[in-house]
Amino acid sequence: MNLPATLPLTDTESGHRLDFLLVAEMVEPGSRVLDVGCGDGALLSLLRDRKGVDGRGIEISREGVNACLAKGLPVIQGDADTDLADYPDDAFDYVILSQTIQATRQPRVVLEHLLRIGRRAIVSFPNFGHWRVRFDLGFRGRMPMTENLPYSWYDTPNIHFCTIRDFVELCRDVGAQMEKAVALNAGGQPMRVTLPWWVWNLLGDQAVFLLKRR
Amino acid sequence: MFVDATASPQYRLFGRTNVSAENMSFAPLVSEPRNQVDDPSSLVMRFGQDEPLMMDAGVALAPWQIAYQTYGTLNADKSNAVLICHALTGDQHVANDNPVTGKPGWWLTMVGPGRPVDTNRFFVICANVIGGCMGTTGPASINPATGQPYALDFPVVTIRDMVRAQAALIDRLGIEKLFCVVGGSMGGMQVLQWAASYPDRVFSALPIATAARHSAQNIAFHEVGRQAVMADPEWRGGRYLIEGTRPSKGLAVARMGAHITYLSEVALHRKFGRNFQDRAAPTFSFDADFQIESYLRYQGISFVERFDANSYLYVTRAMDYFDIAAEHGGSLAKAFKGTPTRFCVISFTSDWLFPTSDSRAIVHALNAAAASVAFVEVESDKGHDAFLLEEPEMFAAARGFIDAAARVRGIA
Repeated sequence: MNLPATLPLTDTESGHRLDFLLVAEMVEPGSRVLDVGCGDGALLSLLRDRKGVDGRGIEISREGVNACLAKGLPVIQGDADTDLADYPDDAFDYVILSQTIQATRQPRVVLEHLLRIGRRAIVSFPNFGHWRVRFDLGFRGRMPMTENLPYSWYDTPNIHFCTIRDFVELCRDVGAQMEKAVALNAGGQPMRVTLPWWVWNLLGDQAVFLLKRR
Repeated sequence: MFVDATASPQYRLFGRTNVSAENMSFAPLVSEPRNQVDDPSSLVMRFGQDEPLMMDAGVALAPWQIAYQTYGTLNADKSNAVLICHALTGDQHVANDNPVTGKPGWWLTMVGPGRPVDTNRFFVICANVIGGCMGTTGPASINPATGQPYALDFPVVTIRDMVRAQAALIDRLGIEKLFCVVGGSMGGMQVLQWAASYPDRVFSALPIATAARHSAQNIAFHEVGRQAVMADPEWRGGRYLIEGTRPSKGLAVARMGAHITYLSEVALHRKFGRNFQDRAAPTFSFDADFQIESYLRYQGISFVERFDANSYLYVTRAMDYFDIAAEHGGSLAKAFKGTPTRFCVISFTSDWLFPTSDSRAIVHALNAAAASVAFVEVESDKGHDAFLLEEPEMFAAARGFIDAAARVRGIA
């Protein structure tokens, strides 16, 4: 997780990542937020500046933590796989896992911690069911490499890819209620909500879920 | 005493080590040494009979005094004061030449113009701890009841007593709230105690390479050091100042032992390896054949020049007793519940005296208390001493944290 796990699209006007803007829309103003795998703190500072949230972060890289410190963000150097267990129940209104779940060793355990620590969890991830991924595997017979997933199979930090369908299944298994789900197409635009799941799973480049403990 | 910092580190510890001018011929005395205990080369705040220091041992200490240094200028609304807390054998001379050793201040890497604790922006205060020997009342100070040094009649001090004494000083300076309290090791303990005792007077706190309680292993090391001091016949039941002796051998051995705990195996190996000291082969004797032996002997002997043996007993004891959670029913999180202070905790990978797990315990408790806390583990092979050394990652973290806090506090 030292490198960004995916290469994100940005909003040309504000310079903010499109998935961050989407996450920010899901967060109530003034709430308490924990961003797990917060990188250089871009999402946390966006949430602080636009939503007035009281934000905290966990980041595995020292460079990331120092960048957060310089932004005045209280961020702890740590590992989502091992350190979430230390957080008390219901400590936050939202726990965010942005483009990180596929880089954890135990995604299910991590997701369960998110739902325990926060009243709500927001999870975004790259969709491994996207048609280009399927094309690479199915027709080219190669592990996919796209703009969003730029790593070779041997040096990728992403060890637990899933499709949108897989993630929905996991949410059911851990008893998470899906309050909102949005898929972004390759252009970073939200896809129409009325579309069926299989279309999302085929055309969605990434997905953002707002979850609640059932 | 004045020791030339460039003097060769070759001393025979187990020869005659009683420190006097005759065996210090390598270190010319430039002038009659000043008695730093009563008349320190720094600022002093004095508290009279009617302003006792209420100590954990149940004693009201009066009169008493606290020796301190300041750097920079206090701003008009008194919002830019930073308190630096020193470690076990440190003193108030954090950013100026030490009047005893002549060496540069002990934390010039962190404190000074343009440094993370920037003396161009902040009003920096550093005080000698209660129980110390650099001008704040301690066991070497004169007991007004007897006209002689307190020695072991001085009440046992705690980290909380040190912080109470500092708070009294801050009151006198007319400062309501400190912008930041910073310290490493025992200094970090004081930082945590400040935040626990006076949450509304600490805007931000930077505890480095420290713990919220002293570990059994660390108490054990301290006990070995104290026993070395007390086993020296010159210690005289603590009355050495009154009887005109000095337990230099015992204190030097204590320092030698402690010094090993401040380093790491890797750092020792890199610096000394198994190299011989000015010889090609072992002498088949108990001379300091190895460089590491010579180095430790030098550390021991130079330490006794500047430190009082009883102070060493008292200050190590204060660290042993330190356990913030114990004051709060065993819960560290309770000690910080509802704290408004912003924290940044820093540890070092190779520090085995105050390992990262100690810092993580602090962070864990602060998280549980819903405090604002940042944490960085700095990669270093220099052991516990790393916090005093050139560690760019530590400076980057400290600078980022302090600058961001200053913006929030509205300090220019």
